[in-house]
Amino acid sequence: MNLVIDRQMEWLIGGILGLLALASVVTWVLSRCVNSESAQATIQNLAARVRAWWMMVLVFGAAMLTGGIGSVLLFAVVSFLALREFITLTPSRPGDHRALFLVFFVILPLQYYWVAIKWYGMFTIFIPVYAYLLVPMRSAAAGDTTRFLERTAKIQWGLMVCVYFVSHAPALLTLPVPHYQGQNAKLLFFLVFVVQISDVLQYVWGKTCGKHPVAPHVSPNKTIEGFVGGVLTATACGAALWWITPFNPWQAAGMALLITLMGFFGGLVMSAIKRDRGVKDYGALIPGHGGMMDRIDSLCFAAPVFFHVTRYYFT
Amino acid sequence: MIGQLIAEAAKLFSGARARWVGCAPDTRSRVYFANHTSHFDFVVLWATLPRPVRERTRPVAGSDYWNRGWLRRYLAGHAFRAVLIDREHVTRDTNPVEALEAALRNGDSLILFPEGTRCPGLEIQEFKSGLFHLLHTMPDVEAVPAYIDNLNRVLPKGELLPVPFLCSVTFGAPLRLAAGEGKVPFLARARAAVEALRDL
Repeated sequence: MNLVIDRQMEWLIGGILGLLALASVVTWVLSRCVNSESAQATIQNLAARVRAWWMMVLVFGAAMLTGGIGSVLLFAVVSFLALREFITLTPSRPGDHRALFLVFFVILPLQYYWVAIKWYGMFTIFIPVYAYLLVPMRSAAAGDTTRFLERTAKIQWGLMVCVYFVSHAPALLTLPVPHYQGQNAKLLFFLVFVVQISDVLQYVWGKTCGKHPVAPHVSPNKTIEGFVGGVLTATACGAALWWITPFNPWQAAGMALLITLMGFFGGLVMSAIKRDRGVKDYGALIPGHGGMMDRIDSLCFAAPVFFHVTRYYFT
Repeated sequence: MIGQLIAEAAKLFSGARARWVGCAPDTRSRVYFANHTSHFDFVVLWATLPRPVRERTRPVAGSDYWNRGWLRRYLAGHAFRAVLIDREHVTRDTNPVEALEAALRNGDSLILFPEGTRCPGLEIQEFKSGLFHLLHTMPDVEAVPAYIDNLNRVLPKGELLPVPFLCSVTFGAPLRLAAGEGKVPFLARARAAVEALRDL
């Protein structure tokens, strides 16, 4: 994975830092303007979110600058943290212990190893086939049959969402896109940027003009206004970035629309799991955002679809 | 030094966080007592304390386990500065409470597992009387109840390899031995205090 840091990359880094600086300034101005207690609480949460964004951008930026391997390692760690939150929420029994050990310390690292050595065939089937078979084999050998199917299904869901889907993000670095050699880091940037800016814009549109909740039982904060406004503006942001991708402006807009829609439903599905388990957040890792899973729920659903559509049409 | 490294590693692995529900962290001499489900219990409880508190807090552990082999002896003695007590042969000459008392008089805090032994599952066993005797001789010391959540899933009894679950340690309001309070009612009260934290 010999990635090039070119002039475009420098522009992107500068642009993101500028955007964050703008967000910090806006938050500071807002904190001086509002008086009511509930608005103050919202602004404090916003400030915590912006501070966490600085941290996340620095970590992601540093991983990108190392070339390929840093990004693969970063997403492996992200998978680990998300899976830890997911499995913690899942009721498991002592009989799952050794299967879970395999999941965390053998299957997860191997999946990212396949990405690192660009073994596409193994990367796509390893978890859906081999891990899928191995996990119930290990659990059955432990001999505990109580709620067996349910326990196995939950572990496999965790593996698919937190490890398999997330690993499609760094796998973008391995796609051989013609006339785009060495520039795949920008493809990964495009995905992560569109997913995250879509979350941010849905939050902004929802907070400013959101009225009608999409699914009040699942996620009270997701509104139709936030959804439409966020998807449209995030799609526009994605289209405006066509020059860093192998796509033309219309294709970039279509890809961005696909990413934002998948991201929205990713957030909805992962919220449904939280409501079912009776919690508000998956964890408390990222101040203002909740856990790692709360931050990457949309990425989980967007990454594999973006990966395969790009692979099918552009390689 | 090694102890601090282990504490940070344990925090990283278990993602453990402290929830101070009934009191704030403080360096004054206290007895933390908690449920006991795993070998890692005291490491995690100890690790979630803020560093200045942690440096003055010593776990109480069974010498039958921690005196076996040089590694355990080194860890208990130097890394964790554990107060080792003999759980099996308690006589007038080897009264374990004296060692604990000495540590408290020295200004240190203690971590104690009054159930005595690890027990799987959510049930909290009856408390052994050591906590009562300790507070009886040192009535000014605060006893802080703590509930350690999920650690039984990290390393269930009989397993060698840990699985990373997110853990939390909830600290409740400090208890004191009331004037004239007997052993049985006090131990029941202390056990109920830990149990109440489970559902928070």
